[in-house]
Amino acid sequence: MKTHRKLVSLYLHAAVILGLFLAQFFLPDYLYLAVTRVMILSVFAIAYNILFGYTGLLSLGHAMFFSVGLYTAGLTVYHLEWSAAEAFVSSIGVGLIFSILLGAVALRTSGVAFMIVTLMFSQVFYLGTLYFTTYTRGDEGLVLSEGARQFTFLFASFDLSDPSVRYVVAWLLLSLSIIFCYVIARSRLGRALVAIRENETRTQMLGYNTFMLKLVAVIISGTLSSISGAAYVLLFAYAGSSFATIQYSIDALLYTLLGGAGTVLGPVLGAFLMFFMIDITSEYTSAYLLIAGIILVFLVMYFPRGILGEVRHRWLQWLP
Amino acid sequence: MDFGPFLLLASLEGLVQAAVLSLTALGLCLTFGVMRVVNVSHGEFYMLGAVIAWWAASILGPKYALSGYLIALFLAPCIVGLLALASERFVLRSLNYEPEATIVATIGILYIIQQTVLMSFGPDAKPVNPPFYFRIDFPWFGYSGYKLFVIGAAIVVLSGTWYVLARTRVGLIMRATQLDRDMAQAFGIPIKRVYAYVFAAGAMYAALAAVLIVPIRQAHYLMGADPLLMSFIVVIIGGLGSVRGAIVAAVLIGMSDGIISMFFSPTLAKMVSTLLVALVLVFRPQGLFGVKTS
Repeated sequence: MKTHRKLVSLYLHAAVILGLFLAQFFLPDYLYLAVTRVMILSVFAIAYNILFGYTGLLSLGHAMFFSVGLYTAGLTVYHLEWSAAEAFVSSIGVGLIFSILLGAVALRTSGVAFMIVTLMFSQVFYLGTLYFTTYTRGDEGLVLSEGARQFTFLFASFDLSDPSVRYVVAWLLLSLSIIFCYVIARSRLGRALVAIRENETRTQMLGYNTFMLKLVAVIISGTLSSISGAAYVLLFAYAGSSFATIQYSIDALLYTLLGGAGTVLGPVLGAFLMFFMIDITSEYTSAYLLIAGIILVFLVMYFPRGILGEVRHRWLQWLP
Repeated sequence: MDFGPFLLLASLEGLVQAAVLSLTALGLCLTFGVMRVVNVSHGEFYMLGAVIAWWAASILGPKYALSGYLIALFLAPCIVGLLALASERFVLRSLNYEPEATIVATIGILYIIQQTVLMSFGPDAKPVNPPFYFRIDFPWFGYSGYKLFVIGAAIVVLSGTWYVLARTRVGLIMRATQLDRDMAQAFGIPIKRVYAYVFAAGAMYAALAAVLIVPIRQAHYLMGADPLLMSFIVVIIGGLGSVRGAIVAAVLIGMSDGIISMFFSPTLAKMVSTLLVALVLVFRPQGLFGVKTS
């Protein structure tokens, strides 16, 4: 029975990954780019969920990790003329360093103080992107040239300005993130993180070093966020200060809450739903963020588990 | 201008900033101190105050600028207070004031207020005329009398608040609730009502501060972000929930922000103060002026 359920859950996740791959053949043109973009944002949401959903740490500063990756890749390509691959790898390294530093400092606090501290560090980073406007060009942002976005892999050369290449790259990244998150959720590490979320003192009493475990969660989540940021700038060729605003941290929170915190596919579902809801409302009004506000209040009041969280609670207890 | 007069001008600008900031931060500090609720939508209550002031001024026209201003001074805190009362009653109370849930909910309220104002008020910044024109001539430069009025008004309101908190029964009830919620309830204090009124009062301070500042700045639907962040900074530096600490911190930060912004870049000033505050929160969680508990 148990192995049977495990297989079902494996098939389910594999089906989602396969479905996203097949979707590219059926999507109309205007959705093609949108889905590519949402897949990258889903990677960001999955990263956020590892910290918020599994470990129970609510960060309001994940826009910083996203834009650390975004700017590392963007600035090195723009100013130093690095290749896309070099920029991508270096942004992983910088994201790692940032996560370690921020985690080590911010994890000295907990609860409300943790939210405010992460918010403030993120705000400092945002103001920094405005202050060093000679390099980042602030709100106006950097636009990468087409030539800078070609890379060779196994002797074949790819062009990231080609929509179908972009789709496949985004899909690949999302698939790897889903698999990664699935493996973590099933691993001993994932269970220890959930234990911290449920009761940190008790986990400590059982002999776990909860500070180290939380630090590991921040590092995984922060680095994966940086990766999604780097992918965003390399695929869509634009890096601006707006990506570092609180807005983006809240978006990640919103996707996770809507889809279901602490589920592997929840953030992906939340990102897709939110994107299309906002897409539809923005046809009628410029105040499309209104819908984000209403959904936030609604979720936290009546639906705190989110969609997949509710599904798991009622029907599918085995959902990771 | 020489350095001396320039410093005087910068200090006056800093004082105006400190006056408005201390009022806004006092509101946030009360809700945090008494209810242990971090109200992220505080900046939007501030913004609403400014928008209502613009609305009153534009209906009555420039002819009745003074009356429009006085009406706004009364009406803005009332409307905003009622709105806060409603959001407390229908959202925060259902969440049982749980810290993480209330933060997420107030982020939602932030968007709802901000975007509703965007739909009705529009995306442009709109100026409000000061209720009176009066110029004070220093030997080196002339200075707007209205700005001095703002400083004076803030001092009056702050003294009034201090009196209420320290010398009246209402203040006693609030302090008792802040100190020990369960014990206060055991002594027959209606905690729920105290929470509702405190939340409304906190929002009213923000609205009042905005009406005072709106003739100097302009009304804009995104104007709430900055005072929110600054109030956070002030409340944290002052020791979370300590009214005296918050006011001292507001004067300190308002002054230094005003002065630093005139000599250096405002963005740099904000970066430095935000970073310092994050570090204060990490390494001295009781705030610079707070007393260590537990």
